[in-house]
Amino acid sequence: MYAQMVDTGAKRLRSLDELSSEEREFQARIDADIKIEPKDWMPEAYRKTLIRQISQHAHSEIVGMLPEGNWITRAPSLKRKAILMAKVQDEAGHGLYLYCAAETLGVSRDELIADLHSGKAKYSSIFNYPTLTWADIGAIGWLVDGAAIMNQIPLCRCSFGPYSRAMIRVCKEESFHQRQGFDIMMTLCRGSAEQKAMAQDALNRWWWPSLMMFGPPDATSVHSAQSAQWKIKMLSNDELRQRFVDQTVPQADYLGISMPDAELKWNAERAHYDFGPIDWDELYSVVKGNGPCNRERLRARVEAWEDGAWVRNAAMAHAEKHAARKAA
Amino acid sequence: MSHEWPLWEIFIRSQHGLAHKHVGSLHAPDAEMAVKNARDVYTRRNEGVSIWVVKSADIVASSPGKKEPMFEPASSKVYRHPTFFPMPDEVKHI
Repeated sequence: MYAQMVDTGAKRLRSLDELSSEEREFQARIDADIKIEPKDWMPEAYRKTLIRQISQHAHSEIVGMLPEGNWITRAPSLKRKAILMAKVQDEAGHGLYLYCAAETLGVSRDELIADLHSGKAKYSSIFNYPTLTWADIGAIGWLVDGAAIMNQIPLCRCSFGPYSRAMIRVCKEESFHQRQGFDIMMTLCRGSAEQKAMAQDALNRWWWPSLMMFGPPDATSVHSAQSAQWKIKMLSNDELRQRFVDQTVPQADYLGISMPDAELKWNAERAHYDFGPIDWDELYSVVKGNGPCNRERLRARVEAWEDGAWVRNAAMAHAEKHAARKAA
Repeated sequence: MSHEWPLWEIFIRSQHGLAHKHVGSLHAPDAEMAVKNARDVYTRRNEGVSIWVVKSADIVASSPGKKEPMFEPASSKVYRHPTFFPMPDEVKHI
């Protein structure tokens, strides 16, 4: 998802007898759905995992502005341009809500950003794919934001107060993103044959990476059990992925375009869609840094940070000068 | 030289005459920029008609470890709630 494969530091799930009395009390609060707040006692591994997860989520929002920002100057109309700018600005806002939530755990935003730039912290694999045509902006809103909503709605109920509150704010704004994407797809699909072909091409390229966003299959996901017990992961990767497929296929049918998957079909017995195998090697390769745009994305972030340094420093120097003058 | 902008806590009053409510935090070099940034980060959809910003470092909070001694005295005083006094059905407007 926006946070994929988050390391919990746990090799296996420990039983209640193996927990210290503090840890047992902590787990009991989580089991009773009492929110954990920043100043409350928490196991170090819970704190570290949350910093990893929330910062990865924040970085995804920020890096996610790049593929879409690519089309702001070339949006097909003033209306589409204004909408896309509002959407990209929302992503910046979502990144900021999430950095704030992470900071309540005792880490500074500059440290988090330094970890992104050094490659120590990850962001979602999906943003390492290029946006080649305007239809990609439609596909991202429809599929990528659609997948994000699927994951974020359950996270509104997660155990850590600041994360849960940030998710509630994000979810309120996210449906606009998905709808504007579907609206772009709908317009293309009702347009000329060439426009419809563009929509189909975008779906072909974004479908599999969107399914990979949910992370590796449950069977190979070592940290999921611990995250689920701490209620910072509410549904499993495979459950979320299945829900996403079930929800999205009828929408593609409506558009009159189809997923690039010959094995995709409704299974009446399971009451779910069956779908073909996902190329996990591709996901691991993109996460390792070898996707089509990894280097370009990180370079753009580092450049923006370095080129903006004098502005941040000048603003601070100005503020300090005025504070000193007031004090004198 | 580089040091991080200080953190500010943001409070917004929504349209309907309610009290300012904490909505989150952000970084800004000074109070004026904190208000401007808060406008962009927290009121993109008409969420508010007024913004307060307070430096996070200036907030004094009760200690979560002392929750019991702090709040326990109130929990034994149920007579502070009107429902403590049962009223006969015949008695109206009370």
